[in-house]
Amino acid sequence: MSISLKNRSLISISDYSPEEICHVLDIAEDFERNPHQNLLNGRIIASLFFEPSTRTRLSFETAIQLLGGNVIGFSSTSGTSIQKGESLADTITMVASYADLIVMRNPIDGSARFASEVSKVPIINAGDGSNQHPTQCMLDLYSIRKTQGTLENLEITLVGDLKYGRTVHSLVEAMSHFNAKFNLVSPIELKLPRTVKQHIKDAHLEYEQFTELEEVIPHSDIIYMTRVQRERFPDPLEYEKVKNSYVLRNAMLANAKPNCRILHPLPRVNEIHVDVDANPKAYYFQQAQNGVYARQALIAAILGLK
Amino acid sequence: MEKRKELIVSAIENGTVIDHIPADKVYQVVKILGLDKATHPVYLGINVESKKYGTKGFIKASDKFFAPEDVNKIALVAPTASIIEIKGFEVVNKMTVQIPEKIEKIVKCFNPNCVTNKEHDIPTKFRVKYVDGKLRLVCHYCEKYTSEENIEFI
Repeated sequence: MSISLKNRSLISISDYSPEEICHVLDIAEDFERNPHQNLLNGRIIASLFFEPSTRTRLSFETAIQLLGGNVIGFSSTSGTSIQKGESLADTITMVASYADLIVMRNPIDGSARFASEVSKVPIINAGDGSNQHPTQCMLDLYSIRKTQGTLENLEITLVGDLKYGRTVHSLVEAMSHFNAKFNLVSPIELKLPRTVKQHIKDAHLEYEQFTELEEVIPHSDIIYMTRVQRERFPDPLEYEKVKNSYVLRNAMLANAKPNCRILHPLPRVNEIHVDVDANPKAYYFQQAQNGVYARQALIAAILGLK
Repeated sequence: MEKRKELIVSAIENGTVIDHIPADKVYQVVKILGLDKATHPVYLGINVESKKYGTKGFIKASDKFFAPEDVNKIALVAPTASIIEIKGFEVVNKMTVQIPEKIEKIVKCFNPNCVTNKEHDIPTKFRVKYVDGKLRLVCHYCEKYTSEENIEFI
């Protein structure tokens, strides 16, 4: 049976089945080969960014323009009727009458799901507070499949802030469909929440928890780095103790597998030393570029054009 | 003494008796079932002696029958409650409550940044999930978990 994602909002990565996710990745592959496809032919996409974002907004707007579409919207709420106290429901209802699709980033958790219930056009969640960021997850999956040739049976090492990092939570949930083995490397204060580990348990998969990064590098297929933020530690001394344990340096990759790739949702601060950038295993900048193809694929699929 | 007890639980001709409610949860059950807006007589018992629980509360709602999904809403506050349907002074049906799979409108999301707490008039919705055997309410919107000890009724 052919897969159609027409009019299917993407709010959380779990909204799409593993087959549907792979379908989007196949379309993204096509866009990587041939990014300029005038499928939108002047259609209007609303890009509503209720809080600032650099990569996500620019990558969505690039995707829309590569598809021959037009963008309306805002990149912050200043000067909009939201500042006058307009409700989210009213803003969405109004914009849905102008545009064919709404891309929304909003600092409030759950705002995207709510928007999808009031909107007559589909919504793509570009991040709702600390909750979900499914298009980041989609580009992470695309990057994993592209570099490994498969999503199945991989050993995924997640490093850094596993407690608050929403990209990590979505990735664990998504990769649990593909028989992954997870290495969870974090300070004790920032361990993966029990509720997220439950996805791994529900899929009867293996995971191991570590506090040191070096020992897991030699058997990892993917090393997914995230930033350990000082403000997450109640005691600044605790941060000082652990901060260097989660910094990846080129020398640490000497025994990494040939297929191993380093991913990072960016922005990077100091958790990946710049000396890693020249290593062919560094993949984070290509990963960000893949975001454009993944978003082109989602827009085209949701509008029923692919 | 026996006679008086019988009188307490069977004095309505038709309707529903909700028995074995924890003594301090009667008002919450009244609210959850919308009995504060009832047009027929509703009788409440609070701190009534109970052999099984020490003290208990009960509600007798005349001419009122509940759908199982409504009754199950009270399971979060009164998991020990039993529901007794009465017709013509006779007990015609007895059941216990069960925690439903979905909880709507009655519980506040524990996450202060949830859209249901930030915007007006968005009814809450939760899926019931058990993590390591413990009950958790998963918010339909923000997907955060509210644990049993943090449940706050609207």
